[in-house]
Amino acid sequence: MNLQDYENENGPVKRIEIDGEKATVTLSNDIDMDCSPDVRVALQVLIQRKIPVIHIDLREVPHMDSSGLATLIEALQRIKRYKGKLVLYGLQNRVKSVFEIAKLTDIFEIK
Amino acid sequence: MEPVKITVSSDPSHIATVRSAVESFGDHHGFSREQSEKIGLAVNEAVSNVIRHGYLGDVHQEIAVTIGMVENDGKKGIKVVIRDHGLQVDPDSIKGRDLEEVRPGGLGVHIMKSIMDEVSYRCRSQGGMELTMIKFLPSARESTI
Repeated sequence: MNLQDYENENGPVKRIEIDGEKATVTLSNDIDMDCSPDVRVALQVLIQRKIPVIHIDLREVPHMDSSGLATLIEALQRIKRYKGKLVLYGLQNRVKSVFEIAKLTDIFEIK
Repeated sequence: MEPVKITVSSDPSHIATVRSAVESFGDHHGFSREQSEKIGLAVNEAVSNVIRHGYLGDVHQEIAVTIGMVENDGKKGIKVVIRDHGLQVDPDSIKGRDLEEVRPGGLGVHIMKSIMDEVSYRCRSQGGMELTMIKFLPSARESTI
């Protein structure tokens, strides 16, 4: 996966922008068992390169299930191992409620 | 009203179809949009579990979902029954995990039990599992689930 200038309108990983030490991953569509493997691949490539700060834009994600949560938990744990930072932002209420049910709102940095 | 019956193959791409049907049914039977979405999430998790644990990822098996209304002790609710022909497990062994341990995986059953009022599994005599989930309509004093 070539991440520089990565774009795919049909998502779930719609765009990846790398600017110095920060990568912004824009996700779109539902992140469920069908799509979360694609998200996992993209994040693992960034993590292998030890990108210090990874932001995930969730504004265009209307639904996320436990497989999406698992993908993000795995990413967070691997990023923490190299002292990196993972920030989630733009959560729609429906997605935010999934984090609340799983008691993950204090685990992630959510803006 | 007669229950709605949907049969899909165990391909993850069909999860959204089942979820949408459940949410639409909830919308039309007195649940708020937010409540319907949560019920849809519970069913999403149940179908995902069938694909992952019952069929071990085989996308060519069958999942039957029945969505209807139920009335128990004067309380009305939505009842979703999910049947498969996959691996059988002891229903008592299906539990949500401790959330104090932050790790990927194992959140699906916790989400289902957090959202729904009743969640019960049984082994079917002809093979596979049957999951029944009920969510009652909130009373006038309860505005959220």
